[in-house]
Amino acid sequence: MSTPLLQVNDLKKHFPVRDGLFKRKPSWVYAVDGVSFEVARGETLSLVGESGCGKSTVGRAILRLFDITAGQVVLDGKRIDRLSPAGLRSMRRRVQVVFQDPYSSLNPRMRVRDILAEPIRNFGLARSPAELEAKLAALIDTVRLPHDALNRRPHEFSGGQRQRIGIARALAAEPELIVCDEAVSALDVSVKAQIVNLLQELQEEFGLALLFISHDLAIVEHMTHRVAVMYLGKIVELAPKRQIFTAPKHPYTKALLSAVPVPDPGAARNPMILKGDVPSPINPPRGCRFHTRCPFAFDRCRSEEPELRSTGADQWVACHLEALPDTAR
Amino acid sequence: MTVSATSTASLPPGLVVAPQLPDLLLPVKVRRGVLGFLRSHPTVAFGGALLLCLVLVGIFAPFLGTVDPTALAPAKRTRAPSADFWFGSDLLGRDIYSRVLYGARISLSVGLSVALLASLAGLAIGLIAGFVRWADSILMRVMDGLMSIPPILLAIALMALTRGSVGNVILAITIAEIPRVSRLVRGVVLSLREQPYVDAAIASGTRTPMIILRHILPNTLAPMLVQATYICASAMIVESILSFIGAGTPPTIPSWGNIMAEGRALWQVKPYIVFFPAAFLSVTVLAVNLLGDGLRDALDPRMAKNL
Repeated sequence: MSTPLLQVNDLKKHFPVRDGLFKRKPSWVYAVDGVSFEVARGETLSLVGESGCGKSTVGRAILRLFDITAGQVVLDGKRIDRLSPAGLRSMRRRVQVVFQDPYSSLNPRMRVRDILAEPIRNFGLARSPAELEAKLAALIDTVRLPHDALNRRPHEFSGGQRQRIGIARALAAEPELIVCDEAVSALDVSVKAQIVNLLQELQEEFGLALLFISHDLAIVEHMTHRVAVMYLGKIVELAPKRQIFTAPKHPYTKALLSAVPVPDPGAARNPMILKGDVPSPINPPRGCRFHTRCPFAFDRCRSEEPELRSTGADQWVACHLEALPDTAR
Repeated sequence: MTVSATSTASLPPGLVVAPQLPDLLLPVKVRRGVLGFLRSHPTVAFGGALLLCLVLVGIFAPFLGTVDPTALAPAKRTRAPSADFWFGSDLLGRDIYSRVLYGARISLSVGLSVALLASLAGLAIGLIAGFVRWADSILMRVMDGLMSIPPILLAIALMALTRGSVGNVILAITIAEIPRVSRLVRGVVLSLREQPYVDAAIASGTRTPMIILRHILPNTLAPMLVQATYICASAMIVESILSFIGAGTPPTIPSWGNIMAEGRALWQVKPYIVFFPAAFLSVTVLAVNLLGDGLRDALDPRMAKNL
């Protein structure tokens, strides 16, 4: 088996919280606290979880929009988490991003032409003005926008069209991995379906790997190969789509899935309702981070942190229940 | 009615594929020139026109029926406004109309230069503070310190250190105004840095200088322009105050503050000596403030009625 396109090993990102001019000791937000996963070429891995669980921070760490606290980010066998700005530039081209908000993700003062040309020029992907022009035309075709869109500014487009421009900008760098940070969450249902389909077509056409960060499980089920479920800065379950959606193992995954609305008013539902709120990432609970809300928590959960363990068939779960014999569950 | 079957059949529950057409129709492109902009923002047009008139008056002062504003005529002191002296004459028999028109040059050049210099310096300081972490707290504490001194007192203190001249007045007021601009720019820069399009530009390999030039700077210009008009207005007032108390433009140069200072003693018997320069100062400040208010409304994206 060849090396995976992206490997993330024990990634940690802690943000300091300073309040006040004279406060010496900062407290820390443990936004991401030991996350490991791999993304193969051409694969879609979805990161799901509720707001504030650190899934976007993982995406931004992979893009190296900031320095990570600990761990490794390995792209195609090469560590990129400690690269200098100069060394990083050549790697940057291979990972691009599509953001959630189609309004703030495009510079309002630039024409679409300049927005798309920026990565092409930065990475020297066009050797002549004519080649640049041809690439721009091809890009705008790829995302199914009319050619005169190039000479317009972002405010002249609708949300769905802007998101297409955002995708075109990501494609302009000819990447191998695109981080889709809630890329369809801000769109209408109908537009959402179009963008999801566009992403899937592009994935097939260019063999792209996608890291699909989302809280929308319906969309995730539609387009992903594997799913990683995050809770409070940790991955609690990582498995192929089929296992996650049919045989979830972690209690949090089960609760998350039971909260997905079903478009059938008569359907029998037995939702698993979690009590309480997500604890603060500044003071995460000791032991298993989910134990404060887990209906199955027992003594060990409160003292010892469960590791992500394989339960066979490519499914990984971080839960002490898995270590118990079947009869005790 | 047929729906195109481009999508895969296995859509998630709750989703349908809409026909792709509506999303792909581009909105009608509206073209608006400078005239269209002015028509939709009458405040900008009015303030701008008023300011333009005053600038023209200042520039063409020698051709507007004026005489030498420093020419003394002791025999014709403190004349009331008449055909000879449109705005009257002062204690030394100088023509107030001519002095007021020439005084416009001082007020406007001080106002515009201070607005320009304070904007440039504030922009530089604000950009550095917004981008260089360790410089931020140092620069901003210095600015806080400067802001804790009332600008007029600061300007008086700076003028006390130097010789009275128009250049020094401009410099003194500029230093007093820089903190406000740099605070504004720093705030805008800090919020722009968090914009996803800046992150996207970093991810697409744009180097920091280009990030600043292409993505940060153009988006700071609108709030800066608005702030610059307020600085311009306040600089003209400060200049007049400095001249009025004798700490500004030397008395040999006619400026509105100087004319008012000279007429102060006679205010109750010959009010026109103070009235005309004061009226011009008020109208000029009003014009600049109207322009600023109009620009703020026109350039603020949250009030984007024309998008």
